[in-house]
Amino acid sequence: MTDIATMPQPVSFGRRLKRFMADRPLIPLIVLLIILVVILQILRPGIVNERWIANTAKFAIPLAILAGCQTMTMLTGGIDLSVGTVATMSAFIMATQIVNQDPAVAFLLAMLPAVLIGLVNGIGVGVFRVHPLIMTLGTSLIGTGFLQVYQRTVIASGARIPDFLNWLGTGLTYGFPNALLLFVPVAVLIVFVLNRTGFGRLLYAVGDNERAARLSGVRYWQVITALYVLSSLLAGITGLLYIGLIKAPSLSLAEPLVLPSVAAAVIGGTSIFGGRGGYTGTIIGALILTVLTTLLTILQMPEGGRRILFGFIVLFVTAAYLRIIEDR
Amino acid sequence: MSRGLHQFLEREPHDLTTNPSPQNPLLDATGVTKNYGAVAALRNASLSVLPGEVHALMGANGAGKSTLVKILTGAIKADAGRILIRGQQLDVRSPADARRAGLLPVYQEPALIPDLDVLSNLRLTGTPVEPFRAWVREIGIPDLDIRETARHIPLAILRVLDLARALAVEPDVLLLDEMTAALPANLAEKVLEVVRRQGDAGRSVIFISHRFVEISALCDRATVLRDGATVGVVDIEPGIEERIVEMMLGTRIEKTRVAARAANEVAVAVGGRPRLSVRNLQLGTKLNDVSFDLANGEVVGVFALEGQGQDELFAALAGSIRPTGGTIDVDGAPVKFSHPSDAIQAGIAYVPGDRAEALAMQRSVRENIALPFSAAPRKWGPIRMRREQVVVSSAIGRLQIDTRAQGEVQRLSGGNQQKVTIARWIAANARTILCFDATRGIDVGTKQEIYKLLRELAGQGKSVLFYTSEMEEVQRVCDRVVVIFGGRVVDTFPVEEADEAALMRAAYGLPRGAKADVGILAEVKPGSSAEAAS
Repeated sequence: MTDIATMPQPVSFGRRLKRFMADRPLIPLIVLLIILVVILQILRPGIVNERWIANTAKFAIPLAILAGCQTMTMLTGGIDLSVGTVATMSAFIMATQIVNQDPAVAFLLAMLPAVLIGLVNGIGVGVFRVHPLIMTLGTSLIGTGFLQVYQRTVIASGARIPDFLNWLGTGLTYGFPNALLLFVPVAVLIVFVLNRTGFGRLLYAVGDNERAARLSGVRYWQVITALYVLSSLLAGITGLLYIGLIKAPSLSLAEPLVLPSVAAAVIGGTSIFGGRGGYTGTIIGALILTVLTTLLTILQMPEGGRRILFGFIVLFVTAAYLRIIEDR
Repeated sequence: MSRGLHQFLEREPHDLTTNPSPQNPLLDATGVTKNYGAVAALRNASLSVLPGEVHALMGANGAGKSTLVKILTGAIKADAGRILIRGQQLDVRSPADARRAGLLPVYQEPALIPDLDVLSNLRLTGTPVEPFRAWVREIGIPDLDIRETARHIPLAILRVLDLARALAVEPDVLLLDEMTAALPANLAEKVLEVVRRQGDAGRSVIFISHRFVEISALCDRATVLRDGATVGVVDIEPGIEERIVEMMLGTRIEKTRVAARAANEVAVAVGGRPRLSVRNLQLGTKLNDVSFDLANGEVVGVFALEGQGQDELFAALAGSIRPTGGTIDVDGAPVKFSHPSDAIQAGIAYVPGDRAEALAMQRSVRENIALPFSAAPRKWGPIRMRREQVVVSSAIGRLQIDTRAQGEVQRLSGGNQQKVTIARWIAANARTILCFDATRGIDVGTKQEIYKLLRELAGQGKSVLFYTSEMEEVQRVCDRVVVIFGGRVVDTFPVEEADEAALMRAAYGLPRGAKADVGILAEVKPGSSAEAAS
């Protein structure tokens, strides 16, 4: 350890490496991802092939989009725990409405709860200053309740997965998952919004110092409302993609993705306190979590042990990563 | 077991009388180095403090004073260097270590936890209560309620409490960072007196200040830093100021007062309909009756003691709080601001004294300057990066912001941060700038640049409302000065008549004698000043 009492010494290799990493925070994440893949290949020689990669991508994509919602809300110092419910609602409504409705109408009906929940979240957080954690948890519970009511009283027709969503969720073209057709534009859009638009700038500014943003003429509620609506819309679209992948509509379809989506954003280097982070890290975070899940699955541990290990690894990686990239 | 803990356990309980020889410095730091990324905050700093001396630590902003202080007190770690306390090499790994070694800082920002009352804050640091109360009384606050929540105590008082808390544990070395900044004159005087007596009692004080008056009255020696290195140690004697300034700046200080005067004469010619016209402004109990005009091309100073309603006046003009009465006219048309964006729309920008209030510290210089451009929802779309770059660069160039650490504003020095907050509104081309104590705690060189800039803006027909707690700034920058006392405008002076005595009398609410009022505001109520004084 260096400290002030030690004599001057040349900058050590460790320090230089740390500084290098601090300037390029993506590199340690990519290295970790590669290490995980290598471990997987060692444990199960031959598992890492074209099919496995396509499969991993398919499962990582819904997680990555939801983690995009978390990234954007976390940049403002918030969080969106309602993404799971929103995704489930739009998926469930799509699958049940497609039976009797025109696909376009079914799509609009499916996106309606997403917009509504986003609006309520945004107004709650932006205007009434409810803490985002509580607000989105609340709307999430309300949404789930409504979905139960909907299931019992409205539908009598059963459910069907539209062919197009099936194709998008599971299909491959030349070995590439079709889901990339949705994901690439979405990812480009998020990165562009964060780095090259006024709205993106405001997300960072509001999260870093809300008072400074206010003094610069930014109206907090406008930014926050737009943000949570955007987040919910993305979650709704993810729900449609996810139902095409899972193919079994249920009332807790996307719920298991919520906490991993938060973890992916945090592992990707986005600060939960706001003002710091970006989407590229989040994408790699989502990939890391997906590969990690595969890894733990092939270890043939009991479910409980797997979860414990998963939790510990996520904690360890996040703590280690933050230490590496923060050059203090 | 760590080395630091061993040392702590083995150390004798320290007693000044065991090592009183003046040749042996109490604190001796040499070769201290600290880098933030590629930026060297300290290259080779040294500081040697003798027992019983009040030692000034001086340097322009960005010279490395704050960094050195933080290293001495264990708030951050140095990359290299040696620190001896009472001749013993010492690991200072945390503020608690520094405290045990007898080193205690009082920073510019009060370190009391806002949601706890004063007593709980004392318990938190293990400060004995009775000595604390004695010091508080000594400094001149006889009626402190220690059950009061820190949040509700005014800044000036908080700073005094912070000092008293440090004094109460009788540290061997007391570190005071801009102790008198934001203090009203009467409290500042008491504080200086107390500090001087620390020296007499054989304790040492490291005193950081930009005010030569204080330093020459108080300090025995001064260490001068420039660009992260110690450039000299001098004895304080009459006439040393020029030399210290030379050492700090590396060049001779520019005489801008003459230039400023010339600019003033140009500015007076500009006139016409007032840019900003405030009439009978009221805000709860804080503002009772404030009326004044601000013309195009004019710099109007606002002078007041701590807490006379100036904060509320600026907040109301900036759209942060709504006044409860009175009118504000911009270019002759009445306005009602319900949000800062309304004021900005009207071309009125607010530069707060506290930089932490105005800057997104983790974001870049560029993003901070360009922030107002994206504020309105119709500007949320794609940014025209090249055009933004041009506007931002020109503002950076105009203020000569040091952009070596531009990736994160928090890595800039205080003076450069303050420049960024002003550059933002230069880039946004604001017609009126409300400067609230914009030069607080920044170095002489940067102050000069800001004075010059404000005069230039006035020369271009823009207008500036300039609150300051330093009287000499009034002389340097303003065309007129409005004095506020007890939430009322009690007097208005043209700058030629605003000498220190006149300002001080007015600021304390004393009548100006038989002289006639000058300036636009001739209707000061005869009873108002006396009434407010009572």
